[in-house]
Order: sequence, then C-alpha cells, then structure tokens
Amino acid sequence: MFADYSLSELGSIFVMQGFAGLILFSVFVLMALGLAIIFGQMGVINMAHGEFMILGAYVTYFTSQFFQNVLPSLFPIYFFVAMGLAFLASGGLGIAVEWALIRHLYRRPLDTLLATWGLSLILQQVYRSVFGPREVGVELPSWMMGSLPLTDVIEVQINGLFVMSLTFVITLVVGLMMFRSRWGQQVRAVVQNRVMAGAVGINTHKVDRLTFGIGCGIAGVAGSAFTMIGSTGPTAGQLYIVDTFLVVVFGGAQSLVGTIFSAFTISQAQSTMEFFLSGSTAKVLTLLAVVGILMLRPQGLLVLKIRR
Amino acid sequence: MERIGFLKTSEAVGIAILAALILIVLPLGLDIFRLNLAGKYLTYAFVAIGLVLCWGHGGILSLGQGMFFGLGGYAMAMFLKLEASSPEATKIQSTPGIPDFMDWNQLTELPWFWQPFHSLTLSLVAVVLVPTAFAFLIGTAMFKRRVGGVYFAIITQAIAAILTILIVGQQGYTGGINGITDLRTLKGWDIRTDEAKYVLYFVNAGLLLAAVAAAYFVRQSKLGRILVAMRDKEDRVRFSGYNVANFKTFVFCLAAALSAIGGAMFTLQVGFMSPSFVGIVPSIEMVIYTAVGGRLSILGAVYGTLLVNWAKTSFSESFPELWLLGLGGLFIAVVLAFPNGLAGIYADTIAPRLSRLLRRARPALGGTVPAGAPAE
Repeated sequence: MFADYSLSELGSIFVMQGFAGLILFSVFVLMALGLAIIFGQMGVINMAHGEFMILGAYVTYFTSQFFQNVLPSLFPIYFFVAMGLAFLASGGLGIAVEWALIRHLYRRPLDTLLATWGLSLILQQVYRSVFGPREVGVELPSWMMGSLPLTDVIEVQINGLFVMSLTFVITLVVGLMMFRSRWGQQVRAVVQNRVMAGAVGINTHKVDRLTFGIGCGIAGVAGSAFTMIGSTGPTAGQLYIVDTFLVVVFGGAQSLVGTIFSAFTISQAQSTMEFFLSGSTAKVLTLLAVVGILMLRPQGLLVLKIRR
Repeated sequence: MERIGFLKTSEAVGIAILAALILIVLPLGLDIFRLNLAGKYLTYAFVAIGLVLCWGHGGILSLGQGMFFGLGGYAMAMFLKLEASSPEATKIQSTPGIPDFMDWNQLTELPWFWQPFHSLTLSLVAVVLVPTAFAFLIGTAMFKRRVGGVYFAIITQAIAAILTILIVGQQGYTGGINGITDLRTLKGWDIRTDEAKYVLYFVNAGLLLAAVAAAYFVRQSKLGRILVAMRDKEDRVRFSGYNVANFKTFVFCLAAALSAIGGAMFTLQVGFMSPSFVGIVPSIEMVIYTAVGGRLSILGAVYGTLLVNWAKTSFSESFPELWLLGLGGLFIAVVLAFPNGLAGIYADTIAPRLSRLLRRARPALGGTVPAGAPAE
C-alpha cells in the first residue's frame, strides 16, 4: 500500500493524517473524559453520554443563532459563552438524572446500562420532536475559518487547532480538579473505599451527584466543541458511544492518563489507516485490534493499583 | 413434587398454555399477514430464551446477541439467495449465476465462502455451527481471562458494531446495507405464498417450543444450578473445583445457537436479512424483551417478546413519535420498578391468588403454581 507514494509524499500524508487524527483524538478525549469520570470513578455505565454531548451541541447552535440575530457585534466570541451554557445545561440535566434514576442503581451496574440506554432513546426522541430531525450546523466566526499553511504541501485547519487547544485546556482543568481540588480528593477517596470515605465524614451521595453532573457537563462541552468540526442531529450521539466506551476500557477504566493515551492510540491508528484503506476497513481493523488487545489484557493499558 | 419427565407439573402446564396460544389461538385469531408478523416476533423469542439462560441465570449480559441472530439469518439467506440466482434467473447479468448485488459490485465469480451454501445440508449446519463457533471463540478468550460483567457487555457490543460495519462495508460479498433480499424458493418450494407462510409459522412455533423445553432441561440439570451459583458467588464455585470459564462458555454458546436458529427462521418467514438486525440497537432491544418478560423466566421471555413487539407495531402504526419514548420509558420502568419483569409481577400478585383458588377447588393440586408463567 505504500509503494505508490514517494518518501516525501508519505511524510506529508502521515503529517496530514496525523493532524486529522489529532482532531479525532480531541473529540475522543473530550467524550471519554466525562465517561471515564462517570464509569471509572463511579462504576456507572452511562449509555446516554452521547445524548448529553448532543445537548451541548444544540445549546451551542442556539447560542450562535441568538448572537447572530441579537448581538452580531459579539459574534466572534459567542463560542465561549456557548461552552459555558453547554456545560451548565448538560451538567444540570446530569444532576437531575442522577437524582431521578442513577442513585437507585449504584449496586447494579448492568442495570444502569439498560436504564441509561432507555434514557438515551427518550432524549433522542425529545431532540427529534423539539429540534427537528434535520442535522444542524453552526456558523463559525470568521477568525476560525481557513487554514494555516505549514509547508507548501501541509496545511492545518484553524478550527481543528482551536478544538485541540480547547481539549488541552479542558483536560488540564479536569486534571487539576481531580488531583488538586477538595472535590477531586473526595472523589478519589470514594472510589478507593466508599465505606471508609463515608466513615471519615465525606458525604458520598453528594460526591456521586456532583461527579455525575460534572461528567455530563464535560460531555456538554465536548458537544460544543464537536459543532466546530461536524453537524449535529438527534442521533449523532449514538455514533460515538461505543468508540468512547472502548477508549475508556482500553485505557484502563480508572486511569485518566490511560484514557488520554488510549484515545491517542486509537484515533491515530484509525486516521492513518483511513488514508490507505477505506474508512470502514480502517475502523474495523482498529476496533478489532482494540478488542484483541483487551482480550489479552482485560484490565486495560494503565491500571490504577487499589487494594480491595 | 410431581414431575412429568424433567419438568415440574407447573412448568408443564405453563408450556402447554404457551403451546395452546401459539399453535391454536394465534393461527385461528389472526389473518395470515398478522400471523406472519407474530411468527417474526417469535423468532426474537429464541434470542430472549438464550438471554434468560445466559443473563438471568448465568449472570453474563451479552449486548451482542444480534450478531448470532444475524449470522444464523445470513447463513440461511445465503443459501436462498444462491438458489434464487440460478444462471437462468440471472442471465441478464454480466456474470450469470451469482447473486445480483455481486454483479452490481463488479464481482465476476462467487467468493469461496459462499461455495458451501449451494448445499442445503451444509447451510443448515452453518446456521448453527458458525455462530456457535464464533461465540465459543469470544467466550473462551474472555472467560478464561475472567473478563465479565460490564466489560463483557461492552466488548460484545463492540464486536457487534465491528460485524455490522464489516457487513455494510463489504457490499460485494454481503449485500451491504440492504442485506440479502429477494429470496424466493427453498428447494423449489416458494416461500412467499400464504400457504408457505402458514407452514413456516408452525415449523417456527414447533422449534420454539422445543427450545423452551431444552432451556427448561438445562435449567433443572446440575449445569443450571451451577450457573446460578456462579452468578451469585463466582469465587466459591471456582474454589469448589469447577472450571467456571467452561460453564460460562457453554451457556454463551447455547444462547448463540438458539439465537442463530431464530435468525434462520426470521429469514425464511420475512424473506430477507439485513445488517439492521445485527448491530447494537437490535441487540439491546432483544435484551429488553427478556427484561420485560422477566430475566429469570423462560416462558416470561417469550411473552415479553410478543408483548413488546406487539406494542411496537401498534404504537409505530398509530403514533410513530411516541414509540421511542415508550420503549425508553419501558427500559427505565422495568429496571427501576420491576427487575423481574412480567414473571415477577405474576409471581407476586396473580400466582398466590390462583393457588388459593386452586387449593379450594382441588386440594390435591395445592401449591403447584407455574413459577415462570406469564401475567396476562
């Protein structure tokens, strides 16, 4: 498959596909971070995670419409407002869902899977009824359009760069929250030993609710970023959910670093192969490799060592 | 307790009621179009029965049963398609004698893995053997390494996704997103006539009753008890000297084989097979049939399947938007409020009254109430 290309061409292909892979990587990381927090830290399988992301995307879409029609002068910076709103909307819905649904199911992880799948069906239908079945896309402010030429054959898109830097910032914030803030400390304590955490005075129910809410909020921000590079429809969330779960499981469910690492591996493998093979073959090969590795190493790439 | 063969009396009564329903009541009460639909639903019941054993009793939740249903269905469809694409019937193609979608995709000869499907015997063997072997492969790889619970569910789901992408992507070999359509005859016997549909319905119903009986047999055997023990305290079973992985693999393969038979009967009755029955969404829907019927009840699974599908058809005929809301609500309600489904409701509310009634009428039969029978 490499024979038809010269060496320098191959180099540029790898750089360009690597860049495309980085954008995919960003989306994976953003989706997987929220999921890793919820699944890895709480043991809850949230199949509706994609729908929380889509909620963020819709919020972004409506914010862009609002700014376009009401405050056109502030349009260039609408995205930052939209991101905050997306976080609040998805996080708020997450907290409500935790209260109504998830908290009854902590001891039955397989049942959270079924219940949240039901939730995802309901949310999809609600989106379809409220926002219409059509896919919507946001208009990018002018400074986000176009591309930067690096050499005469290699170009990178500005919105891609933006999504990447956004991912970097969000990851950093999540990392700081998990490892430096009081909330993060409590979450990690609850993960390591729920009973003892409760015994030293941590309100585990409150921590659970907040954790679920923040995980969903991050999904909302992911959805917001997602609008930069793709359009949004009621069922778009479902396209990503399996990939994202694989990313989290592959990385080692309780390790955030592992999640990032596996998102990088999977996205790079997929986008590099996509250039040489057809899209579906690339995806099949990537997923097969991941499943194969998981069979050999079920605990994932990086494992958090906990004494049970 | 009295027994008829390996069945408790109450279980035998339950099976007899089911048999009366699907062999007599439905054929008499429904026209052929509706009966064919009911037959289609009953093919899903094979999957649901497999899930009762695998998930309810074994504690292994597979979110990829659609794969096995699909593989069984595809094996059957490949045979029927080859029969429908005889050189005479396809002489307008640039390569006569191969299925039409291969011709559209510029294939000039039949791929090697299609060759065995010229023979009905080999196809029928493949219907059961291919999915079972596939399940064996997944099962051994996973259970030997003690992957279970949530991880198993996610990985089976991923494999179902891979298989769907593969089938859709390899259009020339599999018929792509449209699947294998335009199936006509089975050994010269036209499967599209009303008469054939009646025959196929009864074949399917008979197979289903056999599957129910087989499931009861497995459940009352020592194997069935080990499964339950494994689900509740896996380590203790392992420390007692049982090879847990082998038992799990067996029940997973059994569920796969049952699903595959359902898939093959689906193809015969509906007349096509497509990737939309293989992927994640149908696989999870099949889990909900089981959950609604009651994950511990073999008969409940059959009634659950019929009920959910009947609701789906009638809802989506009159209010298409409401169906997804209803299905989603059903998922949540079953999980939150009725973890044992219809069978649980039956056992809690109807069975005690029925037993009191029976005891008053015929003291000899007191207390023998079908534990897994439906609540209708």
